[in-house]
Amino acid sequence: MAITPPPARPDSVEQKELLDKVRPPDEKHPQPKPVYDLAVVGAGPAGLAAVDSATALGLSVALIERNRLGGNSLNAGSIPSKAIIGTARVFAAMCGAEEFGALSPAEPRADFGAVMNRMRRIRARIAEYHSAHRLRAAGVDIFFGDARFMRSNVLAVDKTRLTFKKALIATGARSYPCDIPGLEAIGYQTSETIFDLTALPRRLAVIGGGPLGCELAQAFCRLGSHVNLIQNNPKFLPDEERDAAELLSWALSRDGVETRLNTTVTGARMENGVKWLDTVNNEIKCYLEADEILLSIGRIPNVESLCLEKASIAFAPGRGITVDDFLCTTNPLVYAAGDVCMDRKFTNAAEASARMAVRNAFTGRRKRRSHLMIPWCTFCDPEIAHIGMHVREAREKGIPVKTFTVMMGDVDRAIVDGQDDGFVKIHVKEGTDTILGATIVASRASEMINEMSVVMSAGMGMRALANVLHTYPAQSEAIRLAALACARDQAGRDVIFPPINGGQEQ
Amino acid sequence: MTSHDLSALPDDALLDRLQYGAFSYFNDYVNVENGLVADTSRAGSPCSIAVVGFALSCYPVAVKNGWMPRARAVARTLTALRFFWNSPQNEQPGATGYKGFYYHFLDMTAGQRVWRCELSFVDTALLLAGILTAGCYFDGDGDETEIRALADALYRRVDWQWARNDGATLAQGWKPECGFLHYGWEGYNEATILYILALGSPDRPLAPASFANWSCTYQWENLLGQDVLYSGPLFTHLFSHAWVDFRGIQDEFMREKRWDYFKNSQNTIAMHREYGARNPRGFAGYGRNFWGITAGDGPANQDIRRNHKDRRFFGYMSRGVPYGPDDGTISPWAMLATLPFCAEQALEGTRHLLRTYPQICTSDRFSSGFNPTLRENGEGWLSKGWYGLDQGLLVMMIENHRTGLIWNILRACPYVRAGLNRAGFTGGWL
Repeated sequence: MAITPPPARPDSVEQKELLDKVRPPDEKHPQPKPVYDLAVVGAGPAGLAAVDSATALGLSVALIERNRLGGNSLNAGSIPSKAIIGTARVFAAMCGAEEFGALSPAEPRADFGAVMNRMRRIRARIAEYHSAHRLRAAGVDIFFGDARFMRSNVLAVDKTRLTFKKALIATGARSYPCDIPGLEAIGYQTSETIFDLTALPRRLAVIGGGPLGCELAQAFCRLGSHVNLIQNNPKFLPDEERDAAELLSWALSRDGVETRLNTTVTGARMENGVKWLDTVNNEIKCYLEADEILLSIGRIPNVESLCLEKASIAFAPGRGITVDDFLCTTNPLVYAAGDVCMDRKFTNAAEASARMAVRNAFTGRRKRRSHLMIPWCTFCDPEIAHIGMHVREAREKGIPVKTFTVMMGDVDRAIVDGQDDGFVKIHVKEGTDTILGATIVASRASEMINEMSVVMSAGMGMRALANVLHTYPAQSEAIRLAALACARDQAGRDVIFPPINGGQEQ
Repeated sequence: MTSHDLSALPDDALLDRLQYGAFSYFNDYVNVENGLVADTSRAGSPCSIAVVGFALSCYPVAVKNGWMPRARAVARTLTALRFFWNSPQNEQPGATGYKGFYYHFLDMTAGQRVWRCELSFVDTALLLAGILTAGCYFDGDGDETEIRALADALYRRVDWQWARNDGATLAQGWKPECGFLHYGWEGYNEATILYILALGSPDRPLAPASFANWSCTYQWENLLGQDVLYSGPLFTHLFSHAWVDFRGIQDEFMREKRWDYFKNSQNTIAMHREYGARNPRGFAGYGRNFWGITAGDGPANQDIRRNHKDRRFFGYMSRGVPYGPDDGTISPWAMLATLPFCAEQALEGTRHLLRTYPQICTSDRFSSGFNPTLRENGEGWLSKGWYGLDQGLLVMMIENHRTGLIWNILRACPYVRAGLNRAGFTGGWL
């Protein structure tokens, strides 16, 4: 909702195509219905998922969006970043082509304009699924503009009042604001603006070693930028397991990213047309120059302009809207979903929480958000994916935990593919085959973790998983090998396993 | 006798030679005026307080083995203890220590902090382990009485509670310029001896909850076919064991696993050997008798691609198995240092090294790092000179394997026993 629209690019066909779908020009408010079953504020992944669920239930829906349909994920997040990461992977593959027997191109060079155009084409294509005309065809009334609560069951968009039986706030989050002295004055990029760059920065400084910072640092480095990645924590991806974060650290420096851990940016300045960042690591002061600076230090929920107090909706500044385990706010008519209220700010979590909120608001089958099983991934190379509990979390809860680890270097397909950096770790409640969580570091960990998501959602244990046939060779074989190690651990090493029968235990 | 010839010696003769060779480092690189010992044999090397801790632990071994008269061992020990007791302890950057802790590196002559290094909590623990070893071993009159008094005073002077920086667990260090280091201790590592000493003090000890909080970060893993309490670098499975006999004693974590830290080191060694055999990164030399990936010197950053593979080489750093970093560098002393845990494999690997790469052992002392993947002048890269930590650990581990001398000394140390008890250890010799 609070995304600053990137500057229009009248010269870009892809940009016009995108806007026709997600923010049609000259769009006017429809005539509002007297009362809507559901008013959805925000048309990002959470808002659109809520609309989909609600229309499937036959509810009347008003959708309010300040900027573009598709929200951050489509316009300035997952989709554009993954498109650029995809190109960067191709560059890295070209650099490593010799290992596969191909003559390596002299030095692959990026046509940055073409890279960004590809990203825009992809974005415009995917936007079709979130387009205004599709929503209207499904009977949804779309109101483009700023939403604010008038009272507990009334919203206003400009001068239009919308009365609702239930409402869902899905306004998402935006980049955390800058508090580095001098940075505002010299200018910087955020995830909302960097995808509108028109030239590859020769030197890029990335402040923040979270998922997006690491992803874009590696991608821009592979495309040819000299990248400094500055993180004020002793490790990248502080929420991930240490071994995963350290492996990423090595991968980043392998690719040429200059990594500066445990380093704080204390100031920024412009000298002779060059941007300078002052840093400190312990007491050692340093500085570095950059042509562009990307600030990626977290996300802050969008709540400020909603007049939440008029609808008695509580929120915590910086943390977002207060919801109970059923995603209901302090106003029983109003629910929230996605980045505006969830700790895990991921597209899949936003969609799942929104669908859950709609179900909780309109059906008797209420679900708890604490039961959501959310896999997530950082799309570096190798990718880092996780689901469920971390070891420390389990141990703090007094759960005895044992981890079964398979190194990708021991997986046939990973060796064949030349993608043998990483591991599969499956955390199990010790003495049982109950899976508590898993961390996967692999070239396509984002795909592999989904097997763990299915297995955990189905309540399948490691013994059953050990007997599920996988294609051979496949990198996901690592998951089965970990399960096999667990099964053998419990059964004793000399046990001969029964014949496999369609993945079912005998 | 060349290193190659050494490999042909019977076990006892081989260990005699290598243990004495390692010990002689402390004769060659000590400043007898203040008892400080150089970090490395390289010219201009400062003192490492941890190396002094190893040296103080090795003097009793030298006395027992007849390498040094007791009186000389007493004199050298007393000189070092007097230095640490009398050296300046304050917040000033040029002091020797603060709050009972000491700076990691000290000037060999003046004894002041060098390199703007950190007040190192774990290196202070290694120094204190050596001080307590001396305090327990020298049980005679006269100067030996003073050794005991100083050892007691130095240990009890440390403010362990301050070292938490108001956190749940110990910080890693402190600098006068910026305060506590941001790094904490996460996961199992060499800090066990630090926690035991911090818990065992009668004055300003660490609370037992602190150890529980640290052990909450442990990772119990099945890795390369072995069950291990994971820590990557081999030395982390050896350092605390140089002083404390962990056979048969268990804390809460090990009781839950029906395991102990000694067995854990054994399994870890098996994992390192398996890693050597699998050699996932295709480094030269690796095999079941070529392992020892740990903290040590390395070839430093020479980025090259060789045989279509990304080959980056690092300087002195902590290398680990199986997650890395691994650049093909091993520490040649490390296999022999595992002697108490797996004598057969330790000797087999050491003999293989001595036979195949005789250059890794000169003057009966092992080099800190060796990398046969990176070839220089037709041979693998080899670290120059020797490091004191490597030599001290080797002396102690060979002795523990043969006689259990250091283990027995520290079993009788009331502070170590108290620390183990407060950490929740029970059973066995406790």
